Amino acid sequence: MIVALVDCNNFYVSCERVFQPKLWGKPVVVLSNNDGCVVARSPEVKALGVAMGVPFFKIAPLVREHDIQVFSSNYALYGDLSNRVMTTLEQFSPEVEIYSIDEAFINLSNFAQMNLSDYAISIKETVRQWTGIPVSIGIGPSKVLAKVATEVAKKIKLGVYHLESAEQADEILSKMPVRDIWGIGSRLNKWLNTQGILTALQFKQANEGLIQKKMGVVGQRLLLELKGYSCLPIEVMPNPKQETCVSRSFAKPVTNLGELKEAITLYLSRAAEKIRNQKQRANILIVFIRSSIYAEQPVSRSLAITLPTASNYTPELLAHALGSLETIYLPNYEYKKAGVILSGLQPESIRQCNLFETERDWQSQEKLIAVVDQINRKYGAETLTFGIVGKKQSWRMRSENRSWRFTTKWDELPLAKAGYWN
Amino acid sequence: MTTNNPTLVAQTYRPVLKTKIALPLFTCPVSAGFPSPAEDYVEGKLDLNQYLIKHPVATFFVRVTGDSMIGSGIHSGDLLIVDRSLEAKNNKVIIAVVDGELLVKRLRIQKKQIMLVADNPEYPSLVIQGEMNFEVWGVVTNVIHPL
Repeated sequence: MIVALVDCNNFYVSCERVFQPKLWGKPVVVLSNNDGCVVARSPEVKALGVAMGVPFFKIAPLVREHDIQVFSSNYALYGDLSNRVMTTLEQFSPEVEIYSIDEAFINLSNFAQMNLSDYAISIKETVRQWTGIPVSIGIGPSKVLAKVATEVAKKIKLGVYHLESAEQADEILSKMPVRDIWGIGSRLNKWLNTQGILTALQFKQANEGLIQKKMGVVGQRLLLELKGYSCLPIEVMPNPKQETCVSRSFAKPVTNLGELKEAITLYLSRAAEKIRNQKQRANILIVFIRSSIYAEQPVSRSLAITLPTASNYTPELLAHALGSLETIYLPNYEYKKAGVILSGLQPESIRQCNLFETERDWQSQEKLIAVVDQINRKYGAETLTFGIVGKKQSWRMRSENRSWRFTTKWDELPLAKAGYWN
Repeated sequence: MTTNNPTLVAQTYRPVLKTKIALPLFTCPVSAGFPSPAEDYVEGKLDLNQYLIKHPVATFFVRVTGDSMIGSGIHSGDLLIVDRSLEAKNNKVIIAVVDGELLVKRLRIQKKQIMLVADNPEYPSLVIQGEMNFEVWGVVTNVIHPL
């Protein structure tokens, strides 16, 4: 097999730059939902030593000093551009696996007779021209090695790297810390280090039995992939989602139950809408509330319940969620974040009725909620909500610095000047 | 002696109500007379997207501010359809990036000299020089102007 990994460079930052070309060459960060932490950094910001995921308040002085441009997440924009990038890739190979919002694997096995580096360059240039997004491309005989090649590609000007021989691979792996291998988390990294395995090459040459004992079949596959034997196929059809989580931090600490109920109602409604769109129902409902990790009296409470019947019907889920919230709520604590997780998702086509339940009116429930979804799709999210979400929502965090939704809103289109320059 | 011969019920069946079978609905009434003469000529509807947008993945909408392109019928506030997949050739109206700003201009390439010209005599042309930061953002294919 020959696999290419196409990885968008600093994706969220690049999306902002497409429509605000002024930002090229300037330090730019994008913050997580509710402006909590840094989730994307331009190379200029990386050079200042800002780590991924740091809370924003910690870099505030640096932001002032270097005039770093700060943006709230604009997922409407990122989602649209991601779609465009992925669709552009489809013309280069029939097998494209969308791995994440900014990464895709492409099967290039049928193009082996071509110069693959040249092919990758044309992919890179086409994506850049059509969508404005710069990408790096690594090519290798397996997904894991394609990922290794991409790390090299990101560091060279060409932005494309083809890992062709085992010698080439070994040289790169010898300089790569073992934790940088795809799938090696921090806990595994620690254990490997205690075994004297520090580099990716040492891992590749490690005793197979040892790795298998610790990591099972996953470790075995990883070793084979590193040796250039492909074990992880290109998955063209995405796996159905197993879980959906909606959670947000509050603008200010919340102590009273009423406000927590408002927030949980809003998040639950959103989560239920999501799984309805995916034509799924949930079996498990988890509600959690917690304080800031920096709080004087930290608290973290959660409750998972198995629903009597799998459901995606908001009023029913809501009753359970609010019940759970009342169970876990402790007064006099300052809560900073709340969330809802719908898990154990199954397709809508499966319908199991509860033994103890009398016949219920599925059809009118479905009709009612479909109307709610339709209205919210047509007139904007949260046009129709459940009363409990409240009107004031003083707990609600705003995204202060979100750029325009340049590609999805008529009144937020990019502006081009027909006049004097500057 | 008469033999009683009761009818035995060997098995009972209940109707399955869960499965649904969708049957086509014939909207065209089955008439005994002449069939509609238009029936064979239904070809779907005209889609403006299809007409205006050849490469959806690479096409963006951009709003104009200013009147320097009025000669090409591009007014302030108009909506431009911009196709990034097209090659910017001489005389095309383009969206250009000059020193970080998006501009609508007509591209002139003469003897390796690149110029961005306005379609309004009140505005001067811009000659692209080495030190300028210039890039073609996309090629304008259509303008949508309300009357």
